[in-house]
Amino acid sequence: MILLVDLSGKPGSLSRDEFVGPVARIVSGAGQEWREAHFSEITGNDFEGANGIILCGTALKDNLFAGKVQAFSWLRDVRVPVLGICAGMQVLFLVHGGTLRQECEIGMTTVRVMQPDPLLPDRPAFEAYELHSFACDPPPGWVVTAVSDRCVQAVRHPDLPLYGVMFHPEVRNDTVVERFCALCRE
Amino acid sequence: MKLGVLCSGGKDSWFACHLAMQKEEVACVITVRSRNEESYMFHTPNTHLVPLQAEAAGLPLVTVETEGIEEAELGDLSRAISLAVEQYGIEGVVTGALLSVYQASRVQRICRDLDLWCFNPLWYTDPELYMKELITSGFRAVITGVFAAPFSADWLGREIDREALSGLQQYVRSHRITLTGEGGEYETLVLDAPVFIKRIVIQESEKEYANYRGFFRVRRAVLEEK
Repeated sequence: MILLVDLSGKPGSLSRDEFVGPVARIVSGAGQEWREAHFSEITGNDFEGANGIILCGTALKDNLFAGKVQAFSWLRDVRVPVLGICAGMQVLFLVHGGTLRQECEIGMTTVRVMQPDPLLPDRPAFEAYELHSFACDPPPGWVVTAVSDRCVQAVRHPDLPLYGVMFHPEVRNDTVVERFCALCRE
Repeated sequence: MKLGVLCSGGKDSWFACHLAMQKEEVACVITVRSRNEESYMFHTPNTHLVPLQAEAAGLPLVTVETEGIEEAELGDLSRAISLAVEQYGIEGVVTGALLSVYQASRVQRICRDLDLWCFNPLWYTDPELYMKELITSGFRAVITGVFAAPFSADWLGREIDREALSGLQQYVRSHRITLTGEGGEYETLVLDAPVFIKRIVIQESEKEYANYRGFFRVRRAVLEEK
């Protein structure tokens, strides 16, 4: 079972269907069960039976999560694979000592693969959908696996199964989520 | 949060409005009437009926006209949204975007420039579930334009009910249309919806059809008590 974490400003928001729903649909299509929880309401019970966690994105104007990093302290101890999407990648970075800076991208962008990665397409470059107000500078030691002209687009932890993508894979890059599901089953 | 719903008169914008009303306050409907039937951004067959729909829903309407010239029409959309901010104090915009990165990105940029929220509650939704929910939740939408094979003239003015949905599903398999019409294969007009206080009754219409391309133009319509 994959735990989908909603990072929107409040539980049950109008953004839920836009940022959690499409990811849930890909996870279901990959044959994985899923459960969802809002970051502000997450409890130990939500992790039971989870073999992977996806931190979903938020609306462009919704950056409340960045001021509530303490609500994500559980990410320091998690040992199942984690995929942070956009806001989710920003949270992963903030918890592990990375930083954010203002950098807005909206729409399709060319993403260049810098390092082979189990989640990314096996091509030197691909087109991806962007919707973010902030870019991330990764924590020391994290491997930058893809970039755009503007910022880091994909990273992974050097040792742990922690992955982040700044682009939204639920738009035209389903394979990233499908590959993450496969990795969780291993 | 006060929101304005971008509305073409079709099923997606009104279903998005229906979803938005369950979570936030919808303060107005915003529509851009394009004189260009090939508009990239704005669906055109029956946008003149959006005022009647807004009245049916009991919602104020903000309307702006555009020549429908690519990219320039975005300035007109921005103007319409700005008017809605001034007149109704909206803090965000709702769209019925399903798959179009072209449309969604442009609305997102306008909202960023105006410091507004942007919500797309149907974004990459499951098309089968959405179409079924549309029917079961009480929407009455008719097809007002067809623009792809194998749609015949019989589809013009046809209500999207279970039987029509079954036909559309068959076309998805045989001709690879998108079930929701997001690929531009067909357009719709909502006559009744859960958010409507009154329903729309078409009194006069005409069809125009040739070579898998046709319009169902509503010439006269009135509101009726539900």
